[in-house]
Amino acid sequence: MSVWRQVTRGIRMLGNRRAADQEIAEEVNHYLEESTAMFAARGLTPDEARRAARMEIGNETAVREQIREYGWENTIDTWFADLRYAVRRLGGKPGFTTASIFTLALGIGATTAIFSVIDGVLVKPLPYQRPERLVALSHIAPGIHIKDLNIAASLYFIYSEESRVFQDVGMWQSGAWTVTGLGNPEDVPGLTVTNRFLTVLEVQPALGRSFLPSDDDTRGERTVMLSDGYWKSRFGGERSVLGRRIMVNGTAATIIGVLPPSFQFLDRKISLILPLRLNRTEVRLISFCCQGVARLKPGVTLAQANADVARMLLLAPSKFPMNLGLNGRTFTDLLIAPNLRPLKDVLVGDIGNTLWVLLGGVGLLMAIACTNVANLLLVRADGRRQELAIRAAIGAAWGRIARELLLESSLLGVAGGAFGLALAYAAVHALVASDLAQLPRIHDISIDPAVLAFTLAISLAAGFVFGLIPAFKYARPRLSSALGSDGRSVSQSKERHHARSVLVVVQVALALVLLVASGLMMRTFQALRRVDPGFAGAPEIETMRIFIPAEQVPDPERTTRMEEAILHKIEALAGVSAVAMTTGTPLESCCDNNPVRVEDQAPREGATPPIRRFKYISPGYVSALGSRLIAGREPNWTEIYNRTPVAMVSENMARELWKDPSKALGKRIRPMSIGDWREVIGVVADLRDDGIDQKAPSIVYWPLLRENPGAAGAATRSPVYLIRTPRAGSIGLRQEIQKAVASVNPNLPVADVKTLEAVYKRSLARTSFTLVLLAIAGSMALLLGVVGLYGVISYSVARRTREVGIRLALGARRQNVTRMFVRQGLALSGIGAICGLAAALGLTRLMRSLLFEVSTADPLTYAGASAALVLAAAIGSYIPARRATRVDPMEALRAE
Amino acid sequence: MNGPNTDVIQGTLDMLILKTLSLEPMHGFGIARRIEQISKGVFKVNPGSLLTAFQRLERVGWLDSEWRQTGNSRRAKYYSLNRSGRKQLEVETANWNRRASAIARLLKAEG
Repeated sequence: MSVWRQVTRGIRMLGNRRAADQEIAEEVNHYLEESTAMFAARGLTPDEARRAARMEIGNETAVREQIREYGWENTIDTWFADLRYAVRRLGGKPGFTTASIFTLALGIGATTAIFSVIDGVLVKPLPYQRPERLVALSHIAPGIHIKDLNIAASLYFIYSEESRVFQDVGMWQSGAWTVTGLGNPEDVPGLTVTNRFLTVLEVQPALGRSFLPSDDDTRGERTVMLSDGYWKSRFGGERSVLGRRIMVNGTAATIIGVLPPSFQFLDRKISLILPLRLNRTEVRLISFCCQGVARLKPGVTLAQANADVARMLLLAPSKFPMNLGLNGRTFTDLLIAPNLRPLKDVLVGDIGNTLWVLLGGVGLLMAIACTNVANLLLVRADGRRQELAIRAAIGAAWGRIARELLLESSLLGVAGGAFGLALAYAAVHALVASDLAQLPRIHDISIDPAVLAFTLAISLAAGFVFGLIPAFKYARPRLSSALGSDGRSVSQSKERHHARSVLVVVQVALALVLLVASGLMMRTFQALRRVDPGFAGAPEIETMRIFIPAEQVPDPERTTRMEEAILHKIEALAGVSAVAMTTGTPLESCCDNNPVRVEDQAPREGATPPIRRFKYISPGYVSALGSRLIAGREPNWTEIYNRTPVAMVSENMARELWKDPSKALGKRIRPMSIGDWREVIGVVADLRDDGIDQKAPSIVYWPLLRENPGAAGAATRSPVYLIRTPRAGSIGLRQEIQKAVASVNPNLPVADVKTLEAVYKRSLARTSFTLVLLAIAGSMALLLGVVGLYGVISYSVARRTREVGIRLALGARRQNVTRMFVRQGLALSGIGAICGLAAALGLTRLMRSLLFEVSTADPLTYAGASAALVLAAAIGSYIPARRATRVDPMEALRAE
Repeated sequence: MNGPNTDVIQGTLDMLILKTLSLEPMHGFGIARRIEQISKGVFKVNPGSLLTAFQRLERVGWLDSEWRQTGNSRRAKYYSLNRSGRKQLEVETANWNRRASAIARLLKAEG
């Protein structure tokens, strides 16, 4: 009841303040009257009585204030009054207000944008039920120097059957199929999965059913599930689609289900999901094929799961037969060990480091923006210090004045935050739309409630923190000094200037850190551009992929001949100077890595030779790619069709094995398992297949039509065509390529059409993204820092006008006066630069993993950044300093 | 200024107001006078504190108030004790008696 009364009365008071005040005034009045009457009754004259009554009650206004201060509504009331006052004061100085809000909006906007990226990419959970229990089943195999080994079918069965820690185990493989019968033949991406894959993810189909063990029966017809997008675009979202059949790689598959719209898996493009259809009885021990994913039982830690997998790995050799032609020790020689990782880590990869560095960068920018606004506020508060001192002198509480200053700065912070949010929204929108950064989970990036809360928090915190500085300096009552010196002293007091100088030094130091960071990224970018990727003229190389299903053309040689026919058709197109086939677009290393045995260098007994990348090529590969033959020659078509046992190796492999590339010719190598020894006939320049910033892998180039153990041979069914032409990237060329392929086989879709330049750029995307963002942050920081310096110097010039006047009157030369101010600016920025260099040395260590062939203490970068800073600082202080020389001594002295 | 201390003992003003009002409804000045008279001038109430205390006690719900004509036909705000105010007065009185007798015992023991 009493709380109720508090609230209702409070609200009534708030609602009708005037009436409430009136009532209080009347009550006090009445008291006075009664008191006066009493004194009069005691015999005083009316005047004396009134005086006595007033003496007793004290200051009438103070009493009224004291009464009216009671109650919670009063606090709100004064807050509102202060707020109104703050708004009015900010509105009265539109220049200052706009500058502050704009500066803050920059800082907050940049920080919010990067935070929303971090939130979307790193923080948000994966879109599954209890995603923290999902792990990727990866392994390491130190026996063959593999740091990330996928999972074998044999291990999948063992983990499914023997595990104590997994609730469910699944296995998947990316794939792409030719779907015919629905308009033009189309290359459709998707997954092949084991039947419990969707159960592991706890994903329910939106329509129809998931896979069952019966879908794995190879005697039955294939079944297929559709993604929501594919279902809607190809079948118009018809529910009758269940039970329909589509032609996948030339064979029929029955549609059994449709995935929910929200379904996504590791950023893969998924239109179809097909069953893997493993037959347990046919699985051999070494059958690495796929990626594994599992759901941990509740409460199981990653360490426990790793331990259990290690236990199960020991069981493997006794559960599955060894592959033909391999001895029983091969498996144990791999030294496979578990390396389970949260599924999210697989998706996110190592982008985290880049994003944290960027957040650090924009955080610095934000700090600089805050310092700048704090500086502006100091100037404002300095201008008001007389007013503040008077208020303090007539009894304003310290807290009240501080609150007012803080309210003003918080208001700026919130307004800056609102505009910053708009900036961030635009920036995130542009970032997601451009896909410039090649970020994972890019569609999870958005301005969501978490980001909003973050923005609000940093806006308020920023407003509060930079408001504290003037609050501390000016809210304290120090009337003597403030009232005494009304700004007419000859020079400015050192102490008042001190805080602003410190702020400028901080700004300059932070700006230098950002400049150094962006400088290091620039040097990294340069270093990457200088790297020879192993190909030349990438803008003139068009790449595309076709896929010839074995169901369509079973015979390997006929397949290869069809591919050759397509190659010649494309060769005949206008402007095409060279065409060749390879496997895997350069720089997009897909992972065909296998051990290679060398005839004259038998490995230690039982040891497995190092693994090499396998690529299968057609004649003309070296010239189409713009690579170089270091020694020897390429295989020709006759050798390919005759399956002549030849091969080429990369230069680094030749040097590793035989020291001199020319000595490689005539040496014999063969894939780990079995088959003929193959003669090395050529050595090709290194190719940075894993990315420009990675070491070039050692590569073996086999002929396109490959040897297959126990079979007549196997075709390369999914070759990548490298087409060298100045017309690369044009739509006309793409249409002509399509026609050329269709003229050989109308059922082949052309997939992944892009120029090699696009691939090259994407390989540099992360570096250029980081570089661009840090460079933007760096230049803004420099600008803000210089503006801060400019502010301090011009303020100093303005305050010292009289001093300058006296100096000039006494005969000082104008350039000396200018120099005095420039020196002041340079001294400040010099101190800032020294602090900044020290900070940069420490902080840039955090970005070491982002750099390429540049030390974090790169002297050139540090020198360049410092030079840029000092130059900017000189300009920033020269401009206001020049104003000092325009002072007319007579005017200046007379002015006050 | 240096006369005997006439401040109301800290924390007892509320009780004194409640007690005064338990006799009859009164306006602010009346209460101040009454406290002075009954205490024979030992306590002089500060008008500011008194009027603020009314706000507080009314808000807490122990007092009711209304504007009325006084005897000499002025308008004054009259305060009266309501039921919960009476209860509160009992509580405070009991409390005060307990503490006052304890202090009296302590002083006696010392003396």
